[in-house]
Order: sequence, then structure tokens, then C-alpha cells
Amino acid sequence: MSAIIEMKEVNKWFGDFQVLKDINLEVAEKQKIVVCGPSGSGKSTLIRCINRLEEHQKGTIVVDGNELSEKTKDIEKIRAEVGMVFQQFNLFPHLSILDNCTLAPIWVKKTPKKKAEEFAMRQLDQVQIADQAAKFPGQLSGGQQQRAALARALCMEPKIMLFDEPTSALDPEMIKEVLDAMVNLAKQGMTMIVVTHEMGFAKEVADEVVFMDEGMIVEKAKTKEFFDNPKNERTKLFLSQIL
Amino acid sequence: MNNINILKPNRENFKIFLYIGSTLVFLGIFDVFLRSFFNLNFVTFLPGIINFLFPLILGLAGLQMIRLEYSGLKSVDLINRSVNNNTFNAALTLSIIFLALLAIPPSLNWMILDANISGNTKEACAGSEGACWTYIKVWFRRFMYGMYPNEFHWRINVAFIILISFAFVGFFAKGKFKNYLTFYYAIAYPIIAFLIIYFLISGGSFGLEWVETNAWGGLSLTFIVSFFGLIFCFPLGMIFALGRRSELPMIRYISIGYIEFWRGVPLITVLFMSSVMFPMFLPADTFVDKLVRVVAAIVLFEAAYVAEVIRGGLQALPKGQYDAAKSLGMGYWKMQIFVILPQALKLVIPGIANTFLALVKDTPLIFVVGLSEVVGMLQMAKTNPKWLGYAMEGYIFASILFWAICYAMSKYSQYLELKYKTDR
Repeated sequence: MSAIIEMKEVNKWFGDFQVLKDINLEVAEKQKIVVCGPSGSGKSTLIRCINRLEEHQKGTIVVDGNELSEKTKDIEKIRAEVGMVFQQFNLFPHLSILDNCTLAPIWVKKTPKKKAEEFAMRQLDQVQIADQAAKFPGQLSGGQQQRAALARALCMEPKIMLFDEPTSALDPEMIKEVLDAMVNLAKQGMTMIVVTHEMGFAKEVADEVVFMDEGMIVEKAKTKEFFDNPKNERTKLFLSQIL
Repeated sequence: MNNINILKPNRENFKIFLYIGSTLVFLGIFDVFLRSFFNLNFVTFLPGIINFLFPLILGLAGLQMIRLEYSGLKSVDLINRSVNNNTFNAALTLSIIFLALLAIPPSLNWMILDANISGNTKEACAGSEGACWTYIKVWFRRFMYGMYPNEFHWRINVAFIILISFAFVGFFAKGKFKNYLTFYYAIAYPIIAFLIIYFLISGGSFGLEWVETNAWGGLSLTFIVSFFGLIFCFPLGMIFALGRRSELPMIRYISIGYIEFWRGVPLITVLFMSSVMFPMFLPADTFVDKLVRVVAAIVLFEAAYVAEVIRGGLQALPKGQYDAAKSLGMGYWKMQIFVILPQALKLVIPGIANTFLALVKDTPLIFVVGLSEVVGMLQMAKTNPKWLGYAMEGYIFASILFWAICYAMSKYSQYLELKYKTDR
């Protein structure tokens, strides 16, 4: 299997504070990786570096054969192939759900409007909110908004999906509907990197689990091994607290 | 003790208190009414100050008597809650009613009953105490069209009718044409407007006689200056608002410099320079029309204010909106046009309306360069030896005009706010 994302010796600082320390990570196509760790450990920054919402200062990141650096032209093209779902949903509040989903396909990918709308409706149907298409984000529940955000990302037909704590801002009873949609997506063979504290989801879906602390990857292992037989002390401590 | 108890309503016989109280309030108001409208005063036997305050005392006592919480009567409760919840508020309420009553008859007399509108000369108003609307009537055309030749006034009228009808195109656009409305209003309409004004009002071709801009004036000039001021300062302000938040230092510093410079100088000096200094820097044989220079000066000046208002809206948007737009592969301009600006502009509609109203009301300043819009024409008319002494009428007329324009704009901005409201 060839690696679709390759991070080598990636370092990043916010001012004097080092958020990422020598990150090495390879993600193969169709692989599902869950990133976990205490807050402030750099998980979000790590995946935000993959679509260059954050810039790394040292090391190399290669996404689908394109290296990300200051010289990268057409960063938009790479971003269009990497979908992202945010903790705060970040739907566009001035547009209806359907328009949220079709905006980028129409203006970035130049899909004809009719076709974009049909495709968007199919995606919304997949996450089971097709009936909400005409509403505005403010009229939807948190869980519905997050599923709409997922559909919006999928409308760009991305090769990779990044999830930045997609369920952390949700009420408990809404977490399941979002996770179900994500499991569904995983079964269709999407390459996924998920930052989450939902260990149940990790056990069900992930091929590998990455544990981060203080900007470093402390442990990276196959899912079963990670939960049954963690090697690092910090991982053990974290798991004992979270499970 | 007994006296205080009389004023304190109680629940058992509140009806009686209500009758007596409202009678007292009514008497107080009626007394002021008589004094003001018929110059009658029934309580002259009371000593000076008490005579003067008599209606207030009556009214306060009356309001005191009906002040009972949860009286059971809806209208009484409403009055008690909103204007009669303590003695101070009761006094304020009565004072306002009394002042209004006292102000109505003199102003009514002056503006309407004693006013004069007949005739065409100053003599028609002679000997009358009231306003001389004859003055406005005689000068009306000047106030509307300035020194524009009388026989060509139809050209201005036709131009404005065409402009207004073109502005309503948006209401009739259906289906496919709706997509082009933004383009129409942002680019096509200003060009059409300029051409219409240039060919019709300015003239000089199609057999229409040339009328130089010095002769333009009155309310029509107010509209022309405001109109072009508004439509050009908005996009310019938008560009500088984005520029000030740009990540490119060069663009950022230019924007900051521009905004801070234009915000720092008074409009009147800008206008003065545009008219007096600017031509000195031009090559000898180039000529830019005075009106064009003045409008350009206003646009440059107001754009700085608009820029700061819009920047306020841009900064109010959460960072997540930028993240989401970027993560979908949108470049800078697509992100701004489809995601950021629509939300930011919606937020700043009240601020923009504010700036625009100020712009309209700043237009009289163009008198410093010798252009006379409606207020400028008033100045001219009031110093006309044949019509001395009617400045008040003129200013009231202008106030009404400006108020009507500004109120309409304010209402429109409220309508826009409602129209683009979506819950976050």
C-alpha cells in the first residue's frame, strides 16, 4: 500500500512554544487512523497541518504526492481533495444547508449547478438529513449541523477526510448520530484521520491509533494492540483515565 | 396623616379613586389646554408660582390616586407600569404632555393658520405674523434645480424618472436574470446612471444644449452628489477594509495609511483642495469638471469611513468560517465573496446606513467650492435683497426635505436587515 500522507520530522512552533516535535506519520490509502491524547497535546494542530490551515516550520509533509511548503502553488487544489470536519461545525450561517453543500463544488470544482445539487442531495441523504436541505444552519440541532458539515465536505469528493474532534461540541444524545455517519463513511473505504476522545469509535473503526502528548507521538499501534497492551506509561495512564 | 391616606389608593374602593384621580388628571390637562389654546386662566386668584404649577399639582395628585399595583384593569395597569410608576416619572409624563400642549398652538399658528402662501411677491406676506411659504413657492424651482435654465428642467425630471425606473429592475427580474442582479447594480447601473446624467442633464449632444455643472444645483444636485458618493464609496471602502486585514504587508500598510489619512482630515478641506489645489497639479491643458472633482473627493473621504465600518464586521466573524472556506478549497477571493463578505456586510448594515446618512447630510458642504445644492440655494435666496428675512422658512423647508430623505434611507436599511436575517 502506498502512503497518501507522509509526514517526516515535522516541527511547529507557536512563538516560543513548540506544538509539534519531530512528527513522523504515514497514512496509507483507505487507512483509518484515530489520534488521541490530552488537550493541548497538538492533535488538532497535527491534522490542521495536513491541509495547511497551519503551516509547519520544519520537516516535510507530502499529501497525495504534493509537498506542502511555502512554495506550494495551488494549495487550494490540495485542500479540495482533503475534506475537513470541525469541532464547531463551521457551517456558513447565511446559506441554506443545500447551498452550503453546493457552494464549493460549483465555484471551486465548476460542477454545473444541477449536478452539484443532485450530488449534494445524495450526500445529505447518506447522513440522513435530506429533509433539512432547505433550512438554514441556525435552525438545525448540533448533531444535524455536524452531519451537514460532513456532507458538505463529502460533496467535494475528497480522497482524505480529516475530523477535528467532531463530537466534542455535541450534546451526548447527538454524538451517536454523528459517529454512525462516520462509521458508515469508513465502511465505504475513505481514508480518515480522526482526532477524537470516542474510544468506542476508535475500537470499531480505526486501523491504527496514535497517542500524542506534549507535541510528540508517544505511541502508535494497531488498534487492538493499543487498547489491550499499551507499551508507554503515559498511554496507560491516559487510557485508564478515559476508559 | 389623613391627607396622605386620601392620596393612597386602596383596593376596596379603587373605583372611586380611579374616578377622582382621572378627573384630576383630566382637569390638569384641560387647564393647560385652555391656557395654551385660548389664553384662559381660571386660577388667577392663586398666588404666582402656585398658579403656574397648578395643573401639575392637580395631575400629580390624580396620578398618585390611581397608582395601585395589579388594579385589575388592563389600561390602568399599563399606564401605571409605563408612565406612572413613581412620582418622578409621573411628573415627567405630565411635563411632556403639558409642553406639547403649550408648543402646538404657536407652531401651528406660525406654520399653518397665520401662514401665507398666496401671491408671488414679498408684499403678499407683509403684515402677517405667520410663515411666508410664498417665499418657498417663488423659489421652489431654484431650490429643486439650482441655476439650471428653466426651459430645460424637464431634462432633469426625465433623467431622474429614468434612473428611478432602472433602479427597480431588480423587483421584476425573474429566474435566470436574478443571478446577474449583483453585476447589474454594482457595475452596469452606475455606468447607466452616469451616461444618463451626462447626456441628459449635462447635454451637449443629441441637440441638447450644454449646461455646465456650475449651473446645476438645488435638490437635484444633492441627489446626484449623494448618489455617486454612495455607489462609489461602498466598493472602495470594501477594498480598503479587506486591504487592512490582508496578510501582505505592502497592501496592509497602504490601506492603513489611506484610511488614517482620510479619516484625519476634515471634509471641508478635502473639498476645498479638490477644487483649488488639485487643478494646480494637473497639466495646463487638462480639465476635470468641478463636480467630478467634488464627487471624487467625497468618495475618497467616505470610503475611509465605510472601510472601517466593514472591517468591524469582518472582525466579528469567527475564525472557523475562514477555516471552513479554506478547507473546501476556496481561494482568497472566492472565500471573501461567497463566505466572508456576505456575512460581514449583513452585520454592518446599521453602521453603513449611518455612514450613508452622514454622507447625504454632508453634501451641503460643497458650497465651499461654489456648488449650491438645496441648502446652498437657500443661502443664496435668503440673502437676496428682495427676500430678506425669511431664513427660518427656508431652513424648515430644508430640514423637512433632508429628514424625509434620511428617514426613507433609514427605513430601507431596517428592511434590508430583516430581509437578510438568518439565525446563526
